[in-house]
Amino acid sequence: MTTNTQITRTSNLPKIIHYAKEFLFWFVLIATFLFSIFPLYWMFITSLKPRTDVEMTPPTFMPFVDYQPTLDNYVDVFLKDRAGAGFAEADQEATRKISEFPTTLTNSVIITTVTTILAVLMGTLAAYAFSRFQIKGEADMRFFILSTRMLPPVVVLIPVFLMFNQPGELVNNALQNIPISFIQAFGESIKDFSLRNSYIGITLLYITFGLPFVVWMMKGFFDEIPKEYEEAAMMDGYSRLEAIWKIVLPEAFPAMLATSVFVVITAWNEFVFVLLLNRDNATTVPPFLFSILGYGQVEWGRTAATSVLFLIPIIVFTFLARNHLLRGVTFGAVRR
Amino acid sequence: MVNSGLTQNNQLDKEHSGDKPLRVRFRWLTDNRMSFLFLSPTMLLLLFIAIFPLIWSLRLSFTDWSVIGDAGKIPEPVGFHSYGTALGLGETRTEKRVGVEVAERFAITGQFVLPTVIIELLLGFGLAMLLNRKFLGRGLLMTVMLIPMMLTPVIVALYWKYMLRTDIGVINYLIHDIFGGPRIDWLNQIKIAIWALVLADVWMWTPFMMLISLAGLSAVPKYLYEAADVDQASAWFKFRHITLPMVTPLLLIAVLFRTMDAYRLFDQAWVLTGGGPGGSTEVMSFYLYLVAFKDFETGLASAIGYIMLIVIIALANLLIRKINEIADEG
Repeated sequence: MTTNTQITRTSNLPKIIHYAKEFLFWFVLIATFLFSIFPLYWMFITSLKPRTDVEMTPPTFMPFVDYQPTLDNYVDVFLKDRAGAGFAEADQEATRKISEFPTTLTNSVIITTVTTILAVLMGTLAAYAFSRFQIKGEADMRFFILSTRMLPPVVVLIPVFLMFNQPGELVNNALQNIPISFIQAFGESIKDFSLRNSYIGITLLYITFGLPFVVWMMKGFFDEIPKEYEEAAMMDGYSRLEAIWKIVLPEAFPAMLATSVFVVITAWNEFVFVLLLNRDNATTVPPFLFSILGYGQVEWGRTAATSVLFLIPIIVFTFLARNHLLRGVTFGAVRR
Repeated sequence: MVNSGLTQNNQLDKEHSGDKPLRVRFRWLTDNRMSFLFLSPTMLLLLFIAIFPLIWSLRLSFTDWSVIGDAGKIPEPVGFHSYGTALGLGETRTEKRVGVEVAERFAITGQFVLPTVIIELLLGFGLAMLLNRKFLGRGLLMTVMLIPMMLTPVIVALYWKYMLRTDIGVINYLIHDIFGGPRIDWLNQIKIAIWALVLADVWMWTPFMMLISLAGLSAVPKYLYEAADVDQASAWFKFRHITLPMVTPLLLIAVLFRTMDAYRLFDQAWVLTGGGPGGSTEVMSFYLYLVAFKDFETGLASAIGYIMLIVIIALANLLIRKINEIADEG
């Protein structure tokens, strides 16, 4: 009997190993999937929980099964905190004001859109020049552009803060040394100009965050478009500008869209600079989210709802650009 | 001449451009001038907003200027004093404390960066080895795994903070109530809090390592394995002598990117642990922020920033040299 099983076991061994491998494969696959998706799922169902359920132990896992989902949190997103600790008082409900969420969201959209358009345009032009023209010190310039990405942002935070605080005063100080009256008067007039709490300042900053990325990515793409395309067009009597406009840009447009996803995400997600520079005006959503965390009691349901609303565009973008993303996150180091 | 050409840049259609063909009208726009025109906006902006501040902070690092106390004053040069203080060569008690703090914060940063990058590399590469084949739902899994690294770091940190809560957190519910483990006080215990940061970062960036590893693995030519099969090579031999050498360059690039990013971690440290408990998760970036914008020691902060910069440049160069060495061999 024992010998018998022994024999069948040995003969089945390759099969058993095969099944064990399959099992391990699917187990790891499902575990990875669950680990990746769980925090997102948790955020989503938290945003649908009634206030009493959010801090419940044991926590509830399934909407409709464990609890009745509600959209209250999503309504709360657009309203200011209730005054005082006494929640759920009907008369307070009427007096609650609109929260900063709509404003900050609009700011996020404006800043991200302008940043993306400008960064992609400027970066694409520079990348074209790097790809097609003989430029003195090209390698140095490209490294210079890349090196601006290596900096820990906090290191430049201090001087950027100083520079944005009173750029007018800085220029004025320099201009006062010039003994010509109208130049000095001009200096006086721009003295109070500040880039803090303004759309312009933060947008310029985000463009510089996005530019190195666009230049490197787009240069990679342009290198893949054969030079001969434009050369043939120029032989046919087009100027180079026409050749770029009519032949190169249509070729490069999908790449520009893919690249822009990264600029969008950088600008959309940025937190420290906007927190420090735009505290009072032109603030985006991440600092707002941080501020509703507040002290002590955190309204997790409302925070979750805000997060979900803010993340939806990113998840859509990720889905649309999924085939280009890997190349993007590695700065073009991985080619498709 | 130059201006008139520029204003008409947009009118590329021949119909609107008068008698002469565009080719003639844009003759002034030689390749040289065009490359200058194309490059200068990018270079100027980077120079003004990325490089100029850097030079400015270099200058500040040699002063004891403070953005609050000394606004409007001309910074007083103090030579390498701030660097000495940051490196622990200070004489007064406060200066000595700063030196100790900086050393501690570097150690904390190391305690975060090393495990994070190693875990992400091993997990990511391991997963890629397992998943390197066709299966149902591969595209879906890849897309789902791309999502975490695209998300707003502030929100990621916020949600891990909620999930890691000792009393109501779902992680502790799973560990304690389902699997019978101890309740872990993730965010309030000095030895554990740094691992909360590691956990959140591993969640966010392991997919990155995995996707790069997959890209590397799929680039290994099939005939190498077939040749090894003919010679009846063991699985380990194939892994050690075919897979690993082919994938290493790409993995090192991934490690370089992750090290640079982990080194400058800020948002998560702020939101998830707030540097606490007791400063045990004050990574360098966060500490630098506190020195600069809480203590307002602008000069000292600039010096610390430069020390940070030198450390990461040295590290990055080491890695890049290694990458080039391997690339030269291959």
